[in-house]
Amino acid sequence: MTSADTISSETIDVSVWRGGAEGRYETFAVPLRQNQTILDVVTWIQRNADPTLSYRFACRVGMCGSCAMTVNGRPRWTCRTHVSKVVENGKVELGPLANLPVIKDLAADMTSFFEKWQKADGAFVPSKTRHDPIEEILPNTPARIEASAAIECINCGICFAACDTVRWQDEYLGPAALNRAWTLVNDERDAGKSDRLRAVAAAGGCHACHSHQSCEQHCPQKLNPTASIAGLKRLTMHAYLRGDL
Amino acid sequence: MWDLRLYVIQRATAMLMVPLILAHLVIIFYATQTGISAEGILSRTAGSLGWAVFYGVFVVLAAVHGAIGVRTVLREWSPLRGGLLDAIMFIFAALLIGLGARAVVAVTMPGGLGT
Repeated sequence: MTSADTISSETIDVSVWRGGAEGRYETFAVPLRQNQTILDVVTWIQRNADPTLSYRFACRVGMCGSCAMTVNGRPRWTCRTHVSKVVENGKVELGPLANLPVIKDLAADMTSFFEKWQKADGAFVPSKTRHDPIEEILPNTPARIEASAAIECINCGICFAACDTVRWQDEYLGPAALNRAWTLVNDERDAGKSDRLRAVAAAGGCHACHSHQSCEQHCPQKLNPTASIAGLKRLTMHAYLRGDL
Repeated sequence: MWDLRLYVIQRATAMLMVPLILAHLVIIFYATQTGISAEGILSRTAGSLGWAVFYGVFVVLAAVHGAIGVRTVLREWSPLRGGLLDAIMFIFAALLIGLGARAVVAVTMPGGLGT
């Protein structure tokens, strides 16, 4: 590290959750650097202060969705969150994502998050085989526009951690899984639409959403799962009134 | 699809109640602005089939709408699940309909209870 990398000899106080469900916050003094991200801070602590610190990351550039944590009470992707934007009075508090069990320190157990993707029929069901010609997908059909607006989810779990309804209702599928289902019901190549509508209309499905819009507020990809869920509510209600559900 | 059915019924009752609520508010403003007395109101409502139908329908819609909402609240804020939730919903709806019907009968019965 050269002196140009440092803003000054200043440090910030970083409180980090240690332990599982039972645990406590441990404070580290971390040198302040230019363009430093929260993930940089966590990595500094692990390499220089305590190698037993557990956390999760992979790409470091906002693509993989692995490094989400609770930063000063809000769920954020830590690799794209600059310390300068979130530091409060020289302090930062880091914890694991909310609404998920803690494995250890900053690593949350994502099992229920991904199980709910499956429960929402989040897997693509092909309507053709490899022997069929590749289907032409026009980018400007209404359904494709809806799907494209919601497709860039990176499975980071931030919306799930931010959602009040997830916190209140165990079986609620959550914004990400329902947003995924919305992209698939708008995908003309998909053959699983009626089963999927049934899955998202069951108890704990799209109708449990209160439209608080915390998912939209916190989504690092600037997606709007609330709008996707509203779309599912409309589709399932119309299907119900037609007698299809 | 029980939850979806309740969702649809709750939205439908909400839509149907909108004009009734507006009429109800207008009536309240009218009654309070014109200085009409309780006896004056009851003399108009007593024996009126129109008011009986208006508020009778209103009571049923509000009871159904509210009971479904209470079920949702209990599902989120209590450990209750399944049949017990539904039982509480039905009992709550019956209670609201009973209380509301009593009030509707009291003000629209021919002769009127209050006069």
